[in-house]
Amino acid sequence: MQLIQSSTVYDVVIIGSGAGGGMSGYVLANAGVKVLMLEAGPFFDPAKDSQQLKWSYQSPRRGGNATRPMGDFDAAYGGWQIDGEPYTQKEGSEFQWFRSRMLGGRTNHWARIALRMGPKDLKCRTNYGVGDDWPVTYDEIKSFYDRVDRLIGVYGSMEGLENDPDGIFLPPPQPRLNELFVKKAATGLGIPVIAGRGSVLTAPLPGNSDRQACFFCGQCNRSCKIYGDFSSSSCLVIPAMKTGNLTVVTNAVVREILTDKEGLASGVSYINKDDMQEYRVKAKTVILAASTCESARILLNSKSARHPNGLANSSNAVGKYLHDSTQGGGAAVLPQLLDRPRFNEDGVGSLHLYAPWWLDSKKQGFTRGYHLEIFGGMFMPGYGGYFGFEGAIVPYLNGYLPGADGKTKPAGGFGLALKNDYRRLYGTMAGVGCHGASTAREDNYCEIDPTVVDKYGIPVLRFRYKWNSDDVAQAKHMQETAQAIIKGMGGIPLGVPAGPETNYGLDKPGKGIHEVGTIRMGDDAKKAPLNKWGQAHDCKNLFVTDGSVFTQQSEKNPTWTILALAMRTTEYLIDQRKKQNI
Amino acid sequence: MNRRDSIKAIGLSAISATALLEACKSGTTEAAASSGTGNHPVADTTGRQDFEIARDKTLVGERFFDAKEMATIAMLADIIIPRDEKSGSATDAGVPAFIEFIVKDEPQHQLPMRGGLRWLDMECLDRWGKDFVGCTPEQRIEVLNDIAYPFKAGPGMQPGVTFFNKMRELTAIGFFTSKMGIEDLGYKGNSPGKWEGVPPEVLKRYGL
Repeated sequence: MQLIQSSTVYDVVIIGSGAGGGMSGYVLANAGVKVLMLEAGPFFDPAKDSQQLKWSYQSPRRGGNATRPMGDFDAAYGGWQIDGEPYTQKEGSEFQWFRSRMLGGRTNHWARIALRMGPKDLKCRTNYGVGDDWPVTYDEIKSFYDRVDRLIGVYGSMEGLENDPDGIFLPPPQPRLNELFVKKAATGLGIPVIAGRGSVLTAPLPGNSDRQACFFCGQCNRSCKIYGDFSSSSCLVIPAMKTGNLTVVTNAVVREILTDKEGLASGVSYINKDDMQEYRVKAKTVILAASTCESARILLNSKSARHPNGLANSSNAVGKYLHDSTQGGGAAVLPQLLDRPRFNEDGVGSLHLYAPWWLDSKKQGFTRGYHLEIFGGMFMPGYGGYFGFEGAIVPYLNGYLPGADGKTKPAGGFGLALKNDYRRLYGTMAGVGCHGASTAREDNYCEIDPTVVDKYGIPVLRFRYKWNSDDVAQAKHMQETAQAIIKGMGGIPLGVPAGPETNYGLDKPGKGIHEVGTIRMGDDAKKAPLNKWGQAHDCKNLFVTDGSVFTQQSEKNPTWTILALAMRTTEYLIDQRKKQNI
Repeated sequence: MNRRDSIKAIGLSAISATALLEACKSGTTEAAASSGTGNHPVADTTGRQDFEIARDKTLVGERFFDAKEMATIAMLADIIIPRDEKSGSATDAGVPAFIEFIVKDEPQHQLPMRGGLRWLDMECLDRWGKDFVGCTPEQRIEVLNDIAYPFKAGPGMQPGVTFFNKMRELTAIGFFTSKMGIEDLGYKGNSPGKWEGVPPEVLKRYGL
């Protein structure tokens, strides 16, 4: 084993290439700054590496999920568990950590749901009496959201809602047939349903000739060969590399951020997975964007005399305030759609319709809201993935639905009648997914497990995360809403409503893959690791630009806010360089 | 059991089956190595990770079911999904090869499938002195009628019900995810185009 020390001193080293790291790299490279980006996984260019347009039968497992938890064609390399890179739990915690080790990280497979946080969301304590206020206001970040919209592209409809701010929108896609039934039922319950907001080019993006408009295959989770949707790889990192200012080292697993005698960041130590040698690179400034939990892990593992409990952690808040979305929902088969007409209804691989939070939370017995993500339609028959083949339920449902002859037969069976039941039920499923806001709490956290290291010898994370009564009350409401919508559609629910013993169907923490908050921003250096610019209070040449910076999430999916804040932080960094403050 | 309860029960069964499948699929234990050759077509390796390519190659090179088990699987698959005027049968669509692959890919199916096949043969042996394949077509249908209807089956038939549920599900997946099965269902997507919403005549039909 060798320790290889590079003599080059980079202006900036960025750790991570997802939404935050990608945006930082893009902004810096275009400003002429020499940047080195370290990515823990392989190079990934959707134009070459996407499995878009493969048929189910081109996979020996027909799209099944033996090696990829979201199906064989899903773009994410990694998953809930990575061989040789464990994480542990304490106090009965069941936090689920999804990691994508690849250029662009999880942005290659995300659902492209692109929502802005609202003015009330950023002042959570003031408006809802829980959590903390961000050190920034909506007005301070609005222009960055606007620029992200123009740079990357997002579709939606202008609605003028106070806490669901409109953006600069491309036209929204039309809904699928099944989704219209959900909309009708939700509207009947007084839930306003609007067009989804997604980062898919439903029309050409003005001023961008590297990306083409969407051709509507509905496969955004496979990543897009024509760059018709946003992945950090295709839309930020690869364009940044073309400037000649950004160098990417792939398969580089960061061990720690190095500091000098004054406690300032001086470089980064990493393992190269290709040759398994230890490398050290020097940097004038470090940007950390390895993902919410991985970034906290790196800081906690970066101990020194000046930073005895981890870098930028005099507040002792690094790893704490970990919070993910609450997640629930319901699905149904719609009997009125038996033998439904066939047409290509793939649409986009993001949201066609959604319902922003529509009630006053205080009157519902919980503090924050959730939104509805509406789904349904004729998807490619496949095994595994987001939408499994309805086949698993047909031999149960066929006992409750009259056949073409109007007669009902016992559930199950085989032969020609069963074969026909599969045809009749194909494409009849619809439902809602609910994502809600959970409050950041000091006692939900990740920390270094003192006894366990991964295969590179790096101490691993240990999680402690429990839902509280507020989260559970919200989940109960989600479930009641989903069931009311199913009833309103005349649907047959797929699943029995869960009771209090299973938190009303509330998914395990982490399953929302919206975890944020472990390196939060705050004006008080005693309480938060970062200032309002995403700069470490304790280490002025260290910046963080991933989801860990969130003071408090909302029910809006976090990616668009990560991008806007990463742009803002990186421009602040450039300004501070010019002023020679760092 | 009233209608409401029935719906709850099927909902539960359906979700349990799905949840179970989901839970089991996360396992990655290696399939037991055995000699033999696979006959699965080599998949397009675009976007595949090295370990995935190597794993597929290994699985295709192994054989789990013996010839007799495969013959029983083929016969069952064609009873579950027979040929009709619209499309071919399960074996026409290559379902037995898919089942042979998927039990190596998801080893949690191996024991229930092997044991279930044996249970079926023993049941036939007890009734008629022959294994399933050796029975007459009428005898085969008779025994399957006892295990193919989960809510009607007698208590002694439950192991058979469990096996047949799995066999039927794997057969349906194998058939309807094949080229033949996808065409049969009439899925029209996976081709670049312009999505302009549900056709007006369809909206009209459903009063939307």
